[in-house]
Amino acid sequence: MSAKTRDLPAVLQLEETRRIIARHKAWDRAFGVLGLVALIGALLVFATLLGEMLKNGAAHLSYDFFTSFPSRRAANAGILSAWVGTTLVMLVTALVAVPLGVGAGIYLEEYAAKNLLTDIIEINVTNLAGVPSIIYGLLALGLFVYQFGLGQSIAAAGLTLALLILPVVIVATREAIRTIPQIIREAAYACGATKWQMVSHHILPYSLPGIMTGVIIGLARAIGETAPIITIGALTFIAFLPQSPFQSEAPFLNVEWLSAPFTVMPIQMFNWVSRPEADFQANAAAAGLVLLVMTLTMNAVAIWIRYHFRKRIKW
Amino acid sequence: MSRSLFAFSGISAAIVATLACSPLAANAATALIKIDGSSTVYPITEAVAEEFQKAKKGAVNVTVGISGTGGGFKKFCRGEIDISDASRPITKKEMEACALAGITYYEMPVAYDALTVMVHSQNAFIKNLTVAELKKIWEPAAQGKLTNWKEVNPAYPDLPLKLYGPGADSGTFDYFTEAIVGKSKSSRGDFTASEDDNVLVQGISSDKGSLGYFGFAYYIENQKKLKAVGIDGGKGPVMPTPENVDNGTYSPLSRPIFIYVNQKSMEKPEVKEFVEFYMKDAPKLVKEVKYIPLPAKVYTGNLEHVAKKKIGTVFGGENEVGLKIEDLMKREAKL
Repeated sequence: MSAKTRDLPAVLQLEETRRIIARHKAWDRAFGVLGLVALIGALLVFATLLGEMLKNGAAHLSYDFFTSFPSRRAANAGILSAWVGTTLVMLVTALVAVPLGVGAGIYLEEYAAKNLLTDIIEINVTNLAGVPSIIYGLLALGLFVYQFGLGQSIAAAGLTLALLILPVVIVATREAIRTIPQIIREAAYACGATKWQMVSHHILPYSLPGIMTGVIIGLARAIGETAPIITIGALTFIAFLPQSPFQSEAPFLNVEWLSAPFTVMPIQMFNWVSRPEADFQANAAAAGLVLLVMTLTMNAVAIWIRYHFRKRIKW
Repeated sequence: MSRSLFAFSGISAAIVATLACSPLAANAATALIKIDGSSTVYPITEAVAEEFQKAKKGAVNVTVGISGTGGGFKKFCRGEIDISDASRPITKKEMEACALAGITYYEMPVAYDALTVMVHSQNAFIKNLTVAELKKIWEPAAQGKLTNWKEVNPAYPDLPLKLYGPGADSGTFDYFTEAIVGKSKSSRGDFTASEDDNVLVQGISSDKGSLGYFGFAYYIENQKKLKAVGIDGGKGPVMPTPENVDNGTYSPLSRPIFIYVNQKSMEKPEVKEFVEFYMKDAPKLVKEVKYIPLPAKVYTGNLEHVAKKKIGTVFGGENEVGLKIEDLMKREAKL
């Protein structure tokens, strides 16, 4: 209350206080409305995009669309090589980014000494998360494609996207570990646990929902990336599939597919959008819907994991 | 812990199951033909690759990428690909790069493309433009100065001139500037440039005072939205039509487009078979993807050149304008 208000008689003082409260409440409401408008704006944009894609693309979504290769005729063209390519690239990305990212996150939180070097590493990891994806593409072109001789392969693309989402996984892992109270660690040590026992029996299981959420959000980002994949040279027309990672004879797994040429969903879409025939625009919209459903599903799984597993953790 | 591990393995199992059930090919001995390069030639090569794979029933796999003519030659001269799609002849620099890597090649014209100049569909005052007028509009000296139709010709109305064209990395841009301004890549810079022709279609069709150019195939697909302009190269105005390109009157804006085949790759039976298939089916497929086929004897001539081992280019590293395809076939090829 200001000095001026304090000098007033009691009744007027009360009036003035009410006025101040009313004014502040008005601000409160105004901000609420502003927030709502922002939210509605964002949702409207999304709804328009989705509606437009549904209108143009929904009719093209058929079984054949998923089981056909690209074609010069819009009606025959499908996304078989694109969705298989995307799935295989994501598999490589996950297999590389998860162990590396989670390992790095645990090291930085639980093992690393708090010194200048650790600080520098931390700052760099955070900065890497903001580096434009095309930069990763250029790095990968020089390093994976030419230096390591991986060529324009699924392995090269998977590694590139793994690099891209590594900072996201590291940051998510660290955030998840930080939410675990210090007393859990103390309790484990009190029972005679070693550091590794403490980490593997307590820290890792308790932070798993947070880590998985981060991993899936990272993968959902990677699945829509086009620029780095174009840089390393994904193909536009490819009407065959890589070899299956699984085979009927021992050792049941094979790695031929890692070196196979490939295409991915965003590149297939990009190619269709730049064609002159209007029918291909509809194909692109249908492929967009599929990609959107893929991303939304991944996000939904992330939310489910977070909700389902957090519920059971009681300290 | 155990339950969350279960869930994790459950999700992994689902991914694995999806992959296991997906109809992945399994033949390890499949031959692979790698093609990359120009986006202009891409529709033709894609159509041939599609038909070829169908005909071979999966015995040969073909990949076609789009890296642009320049990007394609870079890969070609490093020996990474078997065939390079090119919307212009190989340049001196690229010839040197290939020579350095010991890459020898066959040059094969596969179709004509007609660069089409277009205006807004309701533009009533433009039917034809002379090459001189086009030069006046597009030359570097016009930048910032020539911005109204009445400055092109006092007979035209007072209407702002809005220009659209392909970006500077495009082979189409190289050819147009060479043919109209007289020097490759010499153009005014104040026009709306896009590598995506659909963006140019949008621009030209929404702007009353627009003028732009790109390949014939995109014009044909968007005829209702655009109006093509006849080009007067000195012998009266000529419209861009397959007939006028075929008989050589649509000059100087019609150009041959090429594939370059690595001579070493050509020794592989699957590549040889693919090229033969390409030359045999080209007349039909070129027409289907809205390009203009070359005379039949050019396709057979290409194969004769292979039989006679006529390697190299007939252009000597220079892009030429207004060539007769018959003369091209008779020229000596050099590496």
